[in-house]
Amino acid sequence: MLILTCPCCGVTGEETEFHAGGEAHLTRFGPGSTDDDFESYLFMRENPKGVHFERWRHVYGCGKWFHAARCTTTLEVFGTYPAQTLAPPQELCDAISAKRPGWSWRALS
Amino acid sequence: MSTRLATGGRLLNRGDVIRFSFNGQTLKGVQGDTLASALLANDQMLVGRSFKYHRPRGIVAAGPEEPNALVNLGSEGAFEPNQRATTTELFEDLTATSQNHWPSLEFDVGAINAKLARFMPAGFYYKMFIHPRPLWKHVYEPFIRQAAGLGKAPKGRDADSYEHFYAHCDVLVVGGGIAGLTAAHAAAQTGARVIVLEQTAHWGGRAPVDGGTVDGLPVDKVVDDLVSALIDMPNVTLRLRTMGAGVYDHGYVLGYERLTDHAPERAGPRHRLWRIRAGHTITATGAIERPLSFAGNDVPGVMLAASVRDYAVNFGVSVGDRTVVVTNNDDAYRTAIALNDAGLTVPAILDARVLPVDSPLMAAAKTAGIRVMMGHGIARVMGSKRVTGVAVCAQAGEGAVLEEIACDAVAMSGGWSPVVHLWSHCGGKLFWDTDFAMFRPDVDKAPLGADGRAFVSPAGAANGHFGLQEILGDAHAMGQGAARATGFKPKNTAAPAGDSIEEAAMAPVWLMPQGAGKALRGKTWLDYQNDVKVSDVQLAAQEGFESVEHAKRYTTLGMATDQGKLSNINGLAILSDALDQPIPQTGTTTFRPPYTPISMGAIGGEARGDVFQPIRRTPMHDWHDENGADWEPVGQWRRPYAYVRSGETVHDAVMRETQNVRENLGLLDASTLGKLVVKGPDAGKFLDMLYTNMMSTLKPGKCRYGLMCDENGFLIDDGVVARIDDQTFLCHTTTGGAERIHAHMEEWLQTEWWDWQVYVANVTEQYAQVAVVGPNARAALEAMGGMDVSKDALGFMEWADGTLGGFDVRAYRISFSGELSYEIAVRASEGQAFWDALMAVGAALGVMPYGTEALHILRAEKGFIMIGDETDGTVIPQDLGLHWALSKKKDDYLGKRAHLRSHMADPNRWKLVGLLTEDGSVLPDGAYAVADGTNANGQRNMQGRVTSSYHSPNLGKGIAMGLVLHGPDRMGEVLAFPGTDGKTYKARIVDPVFYDPDGEKQNV
Repeated sequence: MLILTCPCCGVTGEETEFHAGGEAHLTRFGPGSTDDDFESYLFMRENPKGVHFERWRHVYGCGKWFHAARCTTTLEVFGTYPAQTLAPPQELCDAISAKRPGWSWRALS
Repeated sequence: MSTRLATGGRLLNRGDVIRFSFNGQTLKGVQGDTLASALLANDQMLVGRSFKYHRPRGIVAAGPEEPNALVNLGSEGAFEPNQRATTTELFEDLTATSQNHWPSLEFDVGAINAKLARFMPAGFYYKMFIHPRPLWKHVYEPFIRQAAGLGKAPKGRDADSYEHFYAHCDVLVVGGGIAGLTAAHAAAQTGARVIVLEQTAHWGGRAPVDGGTVDGLPVDKVVDDLVSALIDMPNVTLRLRTMGAGVYDHGYVLGYERLTDHAPERAGPRHRLWRIRAGHTITATGAIERPLSFAGNDVPGVMLAASVRDYAVNFGVSVGDRTVVVTNNDDAYRTAIALNDAGLTVPAILDARVLPVDSPLMAAAKTAGIRVMMGHGIARVMGSKRVTGVAVCAQAGEGAVLEEIACDAVAMSGGWSPVVHLWSHCGGKLFWDTDFAMFRPDVDKAPLGADGRAFVSPAGAANGHFGLQEILGDAHAMGQGAARATGFKPKNTAAPAGDSIEEAAMAPVWLMPQGAGKALRGKTWLDYQNDVKVSDVQLAAQEGFESVEHAKRYTTLGMATDQGKLSNINGLAILSDALDQPIPQTGTTTFRPPYTPISMGAIGGEARGDVFQPIRRTPMHDWHDENGADWEPVGQWRRPYAYVRSGETVHDAVMRETQNVRENLGLLDASTLGKLVVKGPDAGKFLDMLYTNMMSTLKPGKCRYGLMCDENGFLIDDGVVARIDDQTFLCHTTTGGAERIHAHMEEWLQTEWWDWQVYVANVTEQYAQVAVVGPNARAALEAMGGMDVSKDALGFMEWADGTLGGFDVRAYRISFSGELSYEIAVRASEGQAFWDALMAVGAALGVMPYGTEALHILRAEKGFIMIGDETDGTVIPQDLGLHWALSKKKDDYLGKRAHLRSHMADPNRWKLVGLLTEDGSVLPDGAYAVADGTNANGQRNMQGRVTSSYHSPNLGKGIAMGLVLHGPDRMGEVLAFPGTDGKTYKARIVDPVFYDPDGEKQNV
């Protein structure tokens, strides 16, 4: 059972206080988008072995959505940050690159 | 025979005699006994029958690794199967029965299987019961079910209570042996908060039995001193009878405390589950002795050498008058010496090793006059229900018998395996130690926590250290290291100095004798609980089950309640040998929690009965209860399904209520409907994105029915939206949908349109809401007195604030029944009073409360859809003929893009229609309409299904709605619906609006 720190209220809590919400930083495609873009938005998800960015909601706490950068193999949590952003903070990316040499943001698939 | 010795037994209080029963026979034990030691003291070595061959099985071990001595404990509400006699503390009137035999333990019919063993090799069931297929269901499966499973499932309701504890600490130590206590002390001295869990009722583990000194003091004295010191430290919590059951992600550990198993008369919960979040966990879980693999090693009387010593030293029990010790290491010599010291006979120590010089323990045994036979082993054990002797052979040979030694017990030792379970649960890796022939923790590959650093450390024997000196040094270092890892600063103190006897190296012995032929291997057991022999594992390898995980499943080695605590390493060694590869290459099976079985009651904790789940009650809940409510769970709410009067069936009540709404006046408690306030400058724009129809154009004072789809285009909710003022909307949701839709709104506001100025508040429980429905609805409200509720003042789909009967109300003129209808919201605190007032004025107007089933029938008569009936997460508004609610003016809303996907626009999607049976009967809900032909799987083709079906008292016949292929184009066609009762129902496709199609009644 994971421990996560909510960046909005600062509480460090048990996984049961939170609710997972899948991959973070998806771009929404609406009317006017191509079938491929829309299909990718609805269904295609990263499934990395290693660094992953995911959405969580502090559902039994402040109720806010936030993002977590987590290693899917070791379960290390590199950091959390509020959801109101299009990309992870640079200092978090730098910290992850330092721990996982060769890693860089959106260099995945 | 096994018996109680005149002296000895460090855990016993001999003056306190305890009576207990085993298989109906009353026996005597003493305070401090386990059930196993008390049975042995009464010469009850035979305790059960094996799973497959029903072979007689005796007690093998003295701890949680015991595979054989599984008994039923208690009766009725306290009945529990598969309890290990070795970990069951004896108490007055304990009732135990043995398992897996018929008709009796002594004479078991199933033992015939043993005679057929030759025909029941590994994978027997897989091979045997495949063909012919039809026999599976009626012959094989019932037979296997009858034979399968140890013990019997309890039938009665569990009479005991259970609870959960939540605990946080810096350092958690699992294991209260000398290593655990030393590590805990080292950690606690830094000021760290420490919890120590010990699964047995005693501190110290094996150390007091095995002896040695620490800083010049006897080790049992040192254990007492350590425990006293820890008790005096305010930052330390000590718990006996509490097992570390599992280690999980980020330092989450489950502890399993057995509070009253040993004292059932005591009040309070029986078990307690500790949910611990530890900064760092030390697994000081000790080691388990391995059996040796020789023919007949499962005959009752063959036991682990250290366990034989435990029974003598801890419980003053002799397992036999003449005990042959067979070993591949020095530790078993301690058993021989201890038995000899107790005045018992050890005819010989058979040591498979050949050593150039005697080790100190060997020399001591020889000095005591015990015959030591180096390079020898057991060819086979004689006896069936009890050992009568052993045939001795050379370990190097093929089993030629050199001599026979009469004895009634055999103490075997195949070396020790560190208990690495908890280390491994969360990913700690192991390496193979060639010197001790064992897997031990690789401390450089520990489980990692949230910060990416190790959060588990093994200590002592669990870390592969066996001499007292090494154990203490390791435990001290691990204790300090754990404190350091959690931010404390240990002082530079030295570990306590242990002194123990130096031991000669062990030699791996996986088969005895090493050249044992087929006949012997077929009698050489690896797994006692599951009847797996050396020959079975070899057969599995030969048949291609080379992966250790496959071999386990094929042979059942290491399955069931003991999970191979004794058998796994021996089994791996045999498998590796058969595959001609080193043991580390074979690897281990996965260690999974819990370490030993824990009760389902403990897992459930307090969550049972009334507190299993919170129940949400409306302000009028108690009134409903007092007035015959037949309750229906809706989400966490309870809603009256119908109000049943005396002499009525539930169905009668539903019919009466449904009719009365159309004829007179009905009241429905609609308080459970979700009410979400959406407020802000961008509220209209936001609701335009969430609802498929236009909400921003709604005028204050007006209501509009709206549909919500998810981004996939599927319907997720519906309800009436009222515009309160320019920036405020009140959105009604379904009863079960309030929290879900609230979360849905928050998600879009927080994660996609976070710059929009909108707040959402769930005010569901702030209001009590009553639907006042029927031709007399207006008369009832007028009788209450107050606001103008006339057609002109409050038209259909309008709302107004005002007073009624002195209550502040918000009245919505909306209808889910097609009748003249108002939904009146009042403060939740006034809900009951308002309901009472309505009932009072309604008395002259034929008022009746009505429940959810009448609500359903009334809406179905009107062809109104219900989320969850007509929708199931795959239905889109177009399927339900709700095109009118899909805005063409809006550029975007959730679901709009999805509705353009090819499958959503497919003309062959099933569409909503009404269904009427030819004879007026009720169609079975959920029934499918069959079409001609079959699909690729050979199943009948389908062309539709029933989504709602009721008997309508107002129409005097069954009415139904369904989704049907090209349904709206097929009006008048008759479809066939085969029911699960074997009958086929015929129904005609009709318009789904059965009652008042022009909507005249609701608009008066």
